Amino acid sequence: MTRAHYLEASGVRPVKADPRGVLAGTHYLDGDFACGEGAMAAGCRFVAGYPITPSTEVVERIGRRFPTVGGIFIQMEDELASMAAVVGGSWTGTKCMTVTSGPGFSLMMENIGLAAMMETPVVVVDVQRAGPSTGLPTMVGQGDMMQARWGSHGDYGVIALSPRSPQEAFDLTIDAFNLAELYRVPVLLMMDECVGHMTEKVVIPPADQIEVVPRRLTKLSPAEYRPYRAGESLVPEMIRAGDGYRFHTTGLTHDERGYPAMTIETQQVLVRRLVDKLRLNADKIIRVEEDQTAGADVVVVSYGITSRVAQLGVELARQQGAKVGTLRLVVCWPFPEARIRELARGIKAFVVPEINFGQMSLEVERCAAGQAATIGVPHAGGGVHDPEEVCRAILGAAR
Amino acid sequence: MSPLIQLGTTETPEHPITPYIRMDRMPHIWCPTCGIGTVLKCYGTALGRSKLDLDKVSVVSGIGCTGRVAGYVKMDSFHSTHGRALPFATGLKLGRPELNVTVFSGDGDLIGIGGNHFIHAARRNMDLLVILVNNFIYGMTGGQNAPTTPLGARSSTMPLGNFERPFNLPHLAATCGAAYVARWTSMHTAQMTRTFTEALKRKGFRFIEVIAPCSTLYARLNKLGTGLDLMTYYRDNFEIKNKADTRELDLDFQSKIICGKFVDEERPTFLEAMEAHYRDALGDKYVPMPPEGGMLHGQD
Amino acid sequence: MKPIEGIEHEPQSKVPDVERVPVPDGELCIIPDWCKGCGFCVEFCPRHVLVSSEAFNRKGYHPPKVVNPESCKNCDLCEMICPDFAIFTVGVPEAVPDEESGGAK
Repeated sequence: MTRAHYLEASGVRPVKADPRGVLAGTHYLDGDFACGEGAMAAGCRFVAGYPITPSTEVVERIGRRFPTVGGIFIQMEDELASMAAVVGGSWTGTKCMTVTSGPGFSLMMENIGLAAMMETPVVVVDVQRAGPSTGLPTMVGQGDMMQARWGSHGDYGVIALSPRSPQEAFDLTIDAFNLAELYRVPVLLMMDECVGHMTEKVVIPPADQIEVVPRRLTKLSPAEYRPYRAGESLVPEMIRAGDGYRFHTTGLTHDERGYPAMTIETQQVLVRRLVDKLRLNADKIIRVEEDQTAGADVVVVSYGITSRVAQLGVELARQQGAKVGTLRLVVCWPFPEARIRELARGIKAFVVPEINFGQMSLEVERCAAGQAATIGVPHAGGGVHDPEEVCRAILGAAR
Repeated sequence: MSPLIQLGTTETPEHPITPYIRMDRMPHIWCPTCGIGTVLKCYGTALGRSKLDLDKVSVVSGIGCTGRVAGYVKMDSFHSTHGRALPFATGLKLGRPELNVTVFSGDGDLIGIGGNHFIHAARRNMDLLVILVNNFIYGMTGGQNAPTTPLGARSSTMPLGNFERPFNLPHLAATCGAAYVARWTSMHTAQMTRTFTEALKRKGFRFIEVIAPCSTLYARLNKLGTGLDLMTYYRDNFEIKNKADTRELDLDFQSKIICGKFVDEERPTFLEAMEAHYRDALGDKYVPMPPEGGMLHGQD
Repeated sequence: MKPIEGIEHEPQSKVPDVERVPVPDGELCIIPDWCKGCGFCVEFCPRHVLVSSEAFNRKGYHPPKVVNPESCKNCDLCEMICPDFAIFTVGVPEAVPDEESGGAK
């Protein structure tokens, strides 16, 4: 089994998964259930959530299985409480997750910012539905992608992944937990309702074949340790409540001791490091899947369920002689700027179908910097694209 | 009081609060005649008397003047977001059940923006000690009306006087299911310390309201003098009525303050109820969260 | 890339000056620089041991001054009520006050 690129690049030695949380075998699961299983396999043992369609099944699965796995699930009174609880829970060394959809995602934003500021590893699953506002609760959307990056106020970095299938919902949830541990950031699993409610084969390997990054605690003594002193990796070592470190952490701008230090100088140092933590490590995190991009005239950039729909559009276009490649975003944030810039030099256009009015396409356009055209194929939501429409866009772009 | 080292020794005696407070951050930021420091002193003293393992005590605050308490205690402490100290503390407690978690915050933070979390944490009898400093106003942001501001009192957002009925906090807590409910003023240092000491060793949702002076805003906007004048008013206008009916504990502007311990019951906490229930439903298949918490230890 | 330079805002303050006044059962200690002149100790001391001094501390407040040391009984009210941790007593260690008797000896 090859080690995942981000694990290899981090230099951190993973451990084997706790078998108690691994439902090894071949299953027929929907994306929501597979995500719950992924969390348990990754070692998540505290989940606080609030019901919201189409994500509820994730916590329903967890609620049923957690008591046999050593975890605690609590349905909190709202999404704000859920997010606050998982940030608090993570400071006990326990891996934590919460689950929601658009309206709940909006409510969670302040505490996602708290997690980013306190540098708390936590996973937030957004099973996207059509918005804005209450929108179409049971129908697909992909309209939260920019919100994932910029949803909380101020400057910070996040990692976001987008699964295309229930199998990936399982696999990428484990990756989400691992990335959260490596970089001490909130990691967002941007699913969509189609993948969440689609039932497919999911193979769960035995625990000893699943690589998991455990919560790593400092080996320094309480006297030497500084909660926010980072080395070259830009990621400080972590501790947990109850081990005698007597630390303080705050959402206020803080110094290395974690004490509030509201000066311009501290702000410069701290916020720069929060942003650089992901910006400068982006190449270790970015993951895309490419097909036939070499020599292509057009490259279709997509993610989640749309990548599967687009695949048919691509094949239809290829049948008509178009030289088209695909680039699927597995990790959406950090965005693969360098690769897009590189591809832009050699192709005519990017085609970006998304179930929104253009969000990731803005990133593509920015990075293409005019060297190649960016043609969005928007969709207001509620359903997936017609592959013919994607094909037409490709053929139009190729001309 | 500090134990005697030796009279006449050249070694400087330490303030007895030293084991509980980050002395490297003194003097603190609270205003002259603010009552929060007094409440903090009593909490630290109570921690010492309770003989709890301080490594396992965690303190969570929200935002506001009282919210700054977390930054001054020498335990693992968390200055979280406005109104969300209770769910944050819930996560700490459930993630590592052996922790002894105190939530220390103000009336605006816990009852205004945090109101929803307050009623649910009390309802669940979540095992948390909640110390609410009630100064009847939003102090940090400049003196706005709070859900506890008495009728007629002025604030920056009700400059002609408050016309909204305020909460009766002990009644709210008791009605929602708190297992332990008490109220003191910051004048009642001995009783408050005794209550804190007792409550630290109880389980369940323990709620202690402490009425404290805010001189810079509440007193000034209502022409009540300084914090010293408010303390004098507390001293001359209180009545201790343990086990009083919480419905009688409303506070009017500069009215009599009824203090005491009103509720002290033993009831299953959230965790106890959960574990009993799952043991019943699942038998040997139930795997409880260990007291040390859910951190994954290496499988290698 | 070199490690980030450490930032410690307001680094650890030195131990503050403590004024020590002998009283019958030990000492009464005042930390003048932490006092904010609230007047609680002066007003509420049951034995009128303290007054506000004429002197200013570093921040311009008038810290308390002991005028009646022989009346001090180490009751600790000043220590408990001071919001700024600026006054405390040092005494003969009798039985530590248990929960029933509250803060007073």
